[in-house]
Amino acid sequence: MAALGRAALLLSFGLVLYAVVAGSYAAWRRRRRLAVSAQNALFAAFGTTVVAAGVLLAALARRDFSFVYVSQHISRKLPLGYALSAFWSGQEGSLLLWLLILTGYAALAVWLNRRARDLVVWVAPVLGAIAVFFSFMLCFVSSPFDTQPPPADGAGMVPSLQNPYMLAHPPMLYLGYVGLAVPFAFAMGALLSKQTDERWIVVTRRWTLAAWTFLGVGQLLGAHWAYVEIGWGGYYAWDPVENAAFMPWLAATAFLHSVMIQEKRGMLKVWNMVLVALAFNLSIFGTFLTRSGVINSIHSFSQSPLGGWFLGFIIVATVFSVALIWLRLPLLRARTRLESLLSREATFLYNNLLLVAFCLTILWGVVYPLLTQAVRGETRSVSKPYYDFFLHSFGLPLLLLMGIGPLVAWRKASARSLGRMFLIPFALAVVCGVTLLALGFGSSPPGLLAYTFSAFVGASIVLEFVRGRRATGSFVRLVARNRRRYGGYLVHVAVLLFAIGVAGSSAYQSIREAQTLRPGQSLSVAGYTLTYRELARVQGANYTGFRAVVDVSRGGSRIATVTPGENSYPIEGPANEASVYHDPRTLGDVFTTAQVVRGNVIDLKVLTKPLVNLIWAAGFIFVFGALVALWPDAVEQRRLTERYAAAAA
Amino acid sequence: MTAALVLGALLALLVVAFVARPFLREPAPRSDRLDELGEEERRRLELVEERDRALAALKELEFDHRTGKVTDGDYREQLGPMRRRAAEALKALDTRAQDPDGRTVRT
Repeated sequence: MAALGRAALLLSFGLVLYAVVAGSYAAWRRRRRLAVSAQNALFAAFGTTVVAAGVLLAALARRDFSFVYVSQHISRKLPLGYALSAFWSGQEGSLLLWLLILTGYAALAVWLNRRARDLVVWVAPVLGAIAVFFSFMLCFVSSPFDTQPPPADGAGMVPSLQNPYMLAHPPMLYLGYVGLAVPFAFAMGALLSKQTDERWIVVTRRWTLAAWTFLGVGQLLGAHWAYVEIGWGGYYAWDPVENAAFMPWLAATAFLHSVMIQEKRGMLKVWNMVLVALAFNLSIFGTFLTRSGVINSIHSFSQSPLGGWFLGFIIVATVFSVALIWLRLPLLRARTRLESLLSREATFLYNNLLLVAFCLTILWGVVYPLLTQAVRGETRSVSKPYYDFFLHSFGLPLLLLMGIGPLVAWRKASARSLGRMFLIPFALAVVCGVTLLALGFGSSPPGLLAYTFSAFVGASIVLEFVRGRRATGSFVRLVARNRRRYGGYLVHVAVLLFAIGVAGSSAYQSIREAQTLRPGQSLSVAGYTLTYRELARVQGANYTGFRAVVDVSRGGSRIATVTPGENSYPIEGPANEASVYHDPRTLGDVFTTAQVVRGNVIDLKVLTKPLVNLIWAAGFIFVFGALVALWPDAVEQRRLTERYAAAAA
Repeated sequence: MTAALVLGALLALLVVAFVARPFLREPAPRSDRLDELGEEERRRLELVEERDRALAALKELEFDHRTGKVTDGDYREQLGPMRRRAAEALKALDTRAQDPDGRTVRT
């Protein structure tokens, strides 16, 4: 069946190439049937890519080791769920996933917006051009359908990838990365067609929001995977590949805020184009970092021939988007100006500057080692203190702005109204800061500031809901009438909980480095006593291992049992298995890992992570808030319909 | 292998037919010209956007006033110009609706 997979991919390549060439010609020469034919080619490319993906999934399910890809990533004993997840655990498969999602999104975006014919006629070739790159790579550079005489068994899957989070984390990230291609294509389509009215923004707002949500959820799932699987007790290490997903998310966050200023005031048109292009190019850059093997990371694949191709594509996409924005500058001039530096739009502008500055400093941290390697031949790494410095420098003001923004009126705010609006949040923040200082939280100034600002933000969001309810009469009416605003506030609540969780678990964590214990011996850390009871053997479908049975007690009474240990996979090798107790009283964790020293003597490492569970709880609120903001809005839909009608009049 | 090739060929035929569909359905259309926005439509779109912005700004001002973010004085000061802008946009759209050629439009 590999031949069918290859044929389907070749068809995809031919179809998207046709969508670019025929679509561009049709848009340029205003040929109606050719334009529809090019759009049909995009729909068909999705169908052929589904066939190719189906062939690979079937090969993985059947353990068909005549596929080189299958033999390199799974083994006979690997459970079916993980075998299927190998679709995205290897380089060729993940490129196929990119193409599958891209052609799916492209077909959907073109079909849903077919009424905006003058715009879509240019969107189709832009989306096709992105798909040409990925299908070319799959057909001619890195095919998942290479075959060989089948070996007796496969190489298996890296143990750390044999985790339920890996079933969802990579597809979520990809849905986010690829989703940013749609607003990019509409923005470029608007520039190419010289239709720089706001339809492209109204049309793509939900696409951006959905992509941004997927990216956010994907990163949180990845963080939780790292936390429970890697065994170092952390969830984010400023790893270049983690940063690669964080950067487009930051750029998209800036875009989601600044786009409101364009909609409400007709300003920042150029800036919004730049942000969309930046977010898309960063998503390609993120894929480049993971696929090229240019960096060493637990997430990235080994050295591969893809690096040069990706770099070339990033350069082409960047030059194309910058040149197009430059060419169309006269169409993007704003007719209004910022009226006051004390206004909602001004706070959005400050938020944008901080987000982009943060994004670019991270980009520099990722690129710097690559540049020193390329120019001087020596590897210089950028470590945690660099990122922490900028996290504190940009992240804390961003947190504060999240509380200030909702309290400030659009256009301009007077000192009197500001004083009245800020009084309660400011007083609460001061009380919170002073109390925490008195309780000894001053050991970490950034942590103390994060909590103090969080109190301010929390109070401002609660007040917004209370005042809004008073103005409209009910919460349901309040949210239903302005889903976007109140969905956004719910997302702010999620970010707030996230910030509190990060500050608590990083600034105030306790670590008890590995201590050697015999059965019956104990160790104490941060008020918990851990008593090592016994060593137990375990056996799974494709591994054997041990678990150290450890009782956790507090105040003299046993509250839980944790079982850290190690799995040994006959093909893939050993892997640490952390065990975590979630303490509902502190919302924190007791995180443990164990290694056998000899016989039944173990080394036990314990970390306590205060408030860390707020980070994961924030994920649920984040999704809920995003869904509220994404929910169809009758007013917005009516406006869009009217604009289509106006354009067609 | 043969089955795969047959399936591949069938797939190719299907997609070619689908891509060629607009030409197969309309071999000799009266017009193959893609609609293009004229100056009039562009101007109308601008006016619709201007009207939406003005009405949204009025709604925001009202809400900000009711939630205490805008004082009574600021509210009164901003309300007049905003209403005027909204009325102008509505009037311009109305005028265009009556005279689709847009010859008599004053903005």
